[in-house]
Amino acid sequence: MEFKFEIEGGNFSKAGSASSEVKKILKQLNVNPKIIKRTVVSLYEAEVNVVAHAFEGNMNVDIDTDKIVVKIEDRGPGIPDIDQAMQEGYSTATPQVREMGFGAGMGLPNIKRNSDKMNITSKVDVGTELEIINYFG
Amino acid sequence: MVKVVDVVDKLNARVICGSGDMNQEIQFGFASDLMSDVLTIDTENLLLITGLNNLQTIRTSEMSDISFILFVRDKKATVEMKELACENEITLIECSHSMFRACSILNEIGLQPVY
Ligand SMILES: Nc1ncnc2c1ncn2[C@@H]1O[C@H](COP(=O)(O)OP(=O)(O)OP(=O)(O)O)[C@@H](O)[C@H]1O
Ligand SMILES: [Mg+2]
Repeated sequence: MEFKFEIEGGNFSKAGSASSEVKKILKQLNVNPKIIKRTVVSLYEAEVNVVAHAFEGNMNVDIDTDKIVVKIEDRGPGIPDIDQAMQEGYSTATPQVREMGFGAGMGLPNIKRNSDKMNITSKVDVGTELEIINYFG
Repeated sequence: MVKVVDVVDKLNARVICGSGDMNQEIQFGFASDLMSDVLTIDTENLLLITGLNNLQTIRTSEMSDISFILFVRDKKATVEMKELACENEITLIECSHSMFRACSILNEIGLQPVY
């Protein structure tokens, strides 16, 4: 099954709606609740990153019998140093983003913890692509 | 374990949305205004104690399977927040205490810290 959701940069009132849809689908498929939580926390962190740091993006979801593969691509400033961005506490979030309850520099490390596979590539001034894979078994 | 009814009673709080089952028991509490931190918690049966009243508080709880949120410092949930909470069967409670006071009272009546 494939699904595609749009993500709007800067729109915090909509942030999380794509991840929420994925959660509903996984629940309907009776996926183990612990794996659902790991997956949707990862997706939500990624979705909020697009909202907080990029201009626009989309979430492409591919659900198989044994796994979920999600690609989150955005058009935005990109990440100049991915190793640095992956460190806990590193954040370039604006004061507005912090006011919304984000910007602690915990998101990318938390995605790493909550996913079985995580691949991130980025081009400065072009955008970022993040792939998250979780197995159901 | 702490019952919802005891939380409401001891904090002079009000339930503004939820299943109405006041006898539900909650084991753990986690207090933060930072959703980034909340998202790193993987404890079940948790009350989120927060002063952050925006839609992302509810979204974060939805993703983290948190079923109880206590707003402190007289922060009021908006209509959109209530709607989203109801949709996800999340109980919302409001009180006017500071975060520190609310936490110390809840700890006293048996709500446990996550770490
Ligand atoms: N999609 C993205 N586009 C551009 N930069 C990004 C993107 N995602 C992450 N970053 C960069 O990597 C940093 C770290 O991201 P991470 O998600 O770990 O923390 P954060 O978003 O700043 O805060 P938190 O996730 O704790 O709310 C960000 O501050 C930002 O500089
Ligand atoms: Mg982030």
